[in-house]
Amino acid sequence: MYSMMHLIRRYESRTSELFKSGKFPGWIHVCIGQEASVTGACFALRDDDYISPTHRGHGQCLAKGMSPAKAMAELYGKRTGSNLGRGGSMHLCDMEKGILCGIAILGAGLPFAAGVAMAEKLKGTDRVAMAFFGEGASNEGIVHETMNLASLWSLPIVFFLESNQYAELSHKSFHHKLDTLARRAEGYGMPGVTVDGNDVLEVYRVAGEAVKRAREGGGPTLIDSITCRLHGHYEGDPQVYRIPGDRDEWRKKDPIDRFGKRMLEEGILTDEESREIIAGIDRTIEDAVAYAEESPYPDPEEALELVYAGQGGRARSLEGGERRCGR
Amino acid sequence: MRSDPAVLYFGEDAGGKVGGPFALAKGLQDEFGTGRVYDTPDSEAAFVGLAVGLAASGFRPIVDISFMDFTLVAMDQIVNMAAKLVYMSGGQVKRIPLVIHTMAGAGRRAGAQHSQSLEAWFAQVPGLKIAAPSNPYDLKGIMKSAIRDDNPVIVMKHKAMLGMKGDVPEGDYTVPLGKASVKREGADVTIVAVSQMVNVALQAAGLLAGEGIEAEVVDPVTISPLDTETIVDSVRKTGRLVTLHESYKPCGIGAEIGAVVFEECFDFLQAPLVRVASSFNPFPYSPGMEDFTVPDVSRVVEAVRKVLKN
Repeated sequence: MYSMMHLIRRYESRTSELFKSGKFPGWIHVCIGQEASVTGACFALRDDDYISPTHRGHGQCLAKGMSPAKAMAELYGKRTGSNLGRGGSMHLCDMEKGILCGIAILGAGLPFAAGVAMAEKLKGTDRVAMAFFGEGASNEGIVHETMNLASLWSLPIVFFLESNQYAELSHKSFHHKLDTLARRAEGYGMPGVTVDGNDVLEVYRVAGEAVKRAREGGGPTLIDSITCRLHGHYEGDPQVYRIPGDRDEWRKKDPIDRFGKRMLEEGILTDEESREIIAGIDRTIEDAVAYAEESPYPDPEEALELVYAGQGGRARSLEGGERRCGR
Repeated sequence: MRSDPAVLYFGEDAGGKVGGPFALAKGLQDEFGTGRVYDTPDSEAAFVGLAVGLAASGFRPIVDISFMDFTLVAMDQIVNMAAKLVYMSGGQVKRIPLVIHTMAGAGRRAGAQHSQSLEAWFAQVPGLKIAAPSNPYDLKGIMKSAIRDDNPVIVMKHKAMLGMKGDVPEGDYTVPLGKASVKREGADVTIVAVSQMVNVALQAAGLLAGEGIEAEVVDPVTISPLDTETIVDSVRKTGRLVTLHESYKPCGIGAEIGAVVFEECFDFLQAPLVRVASSFNPFPYSPGMEDFTVPDVSRVVEAVRKVLKN
């Protein structure tokens, strides 16, 4: 988990730089500050479980095992990207890793994840789906409809809410009155848990309990993971709406520093090992960037493919050549 | 559902004794059980979205949205999810075999929120298919094609089909998606009509035959993808075109058909086309006002006379 958090931080810092230098054709939303939240959540899942990522999904996807190279190439709009360059940052998908397509309409991925979870239940497997969303999305009607339905039918799904303090361009206090959105769970007849989203072990523990409950037929859980995004809604966001000084406060609770410090104190990790981990991750990310840089763009006419099921094959016949980053 | 266990059914009040507001699913749960036929909460967006997830995972869900007006509640899930997942995932989501069937159309004094025909809205969406069968034979055949299709298909049925009688073979047959059918042949004018308006056009054609006018009635059956070839072939033969639908004229399917005809066979046209559609107002409740709004046989006859005058 320590390595993964570093991987996500490095990936996001690098994408932030690459965005500034104009390498990406579109916008990106990074999750710097939320590494413990996504890592603890995804590590509580099995490889064959599912996640439904959001528009701020790079970390969610990496934590579930997406190759950084494929994810980077997708941000470049390259043909070797996870979605053949046609999805982009907001729609990262890797079905082999159980990463359902990233959904950029707030809350809209929840019923999709619930349907995938229901399919597994009907097939008699014990696979679980975890749907990510934020406190902004929590006010969408579809979120309420889906939670009611999932609870009613005891679907094997975990609703993982990342309260990262800001919904688009305003503080969460402009959006809802509750101190924790986990309290809404009672309205749907499911457990609601609040967790310190910057404590990776706590997130892992709480998510693990929810996953276990879902896997054993106990139905859904709502987890409110309290964290903070340290960057803007999108890269380049001037963030005039930020509460003054909040980043300094949250940096004191930096999830990676906290976990690293604790492991050093408990003698689980040495400074040298930590440096090696970080150096390895730097190489992985630079390899991913090089891979994306060297990859070709799709042929423009590929835009016409895959509009309907089974249509077009040129893009899909492409051989991988990806460089994987293991956990 | 008997031939494929992957077919599931979802709808408000679909289970139990009722089988939905039009009893379309009556007896379905008795035969297939609660594991395949689901009585859903009144959450169109959620159960359409749920069905999209099931469709991506090997099932073939049929969703009953009782009134087409309510598809708007689920529009995000239909347009942003069902229609786009194969594309934006780069083909990793391999198929979304989802059927949404829904009652459309006016004439039942159902008012502004239970009477609309929204086929043109969905025809703007790549990745979706939309069919509007006009008789019981086509409905059964289209439903089978839709269920077996790997894409999201919306099947809109006009409320006039409730209680409509027509020959329907017992066995397995399909009516293909994307193929128009010529419901009546004629040499003088082409009427392209949608859904229940096909039946209105056929009545009008019967009256016109008494005046020595032979109208050809073309039923697109599927609105998207639209079989433009059959339409263009007919207009090449007759040289005159009337379009007819219950939805509105601006940006309606008649406008699209007219544009296709202009692009493909302008030189064959002997007169400007005439579009017949509902007047541009919400569907009113009071019978006189609703009947005024919706095209009827006399308006079609009038339109044909007009297109023949030029």
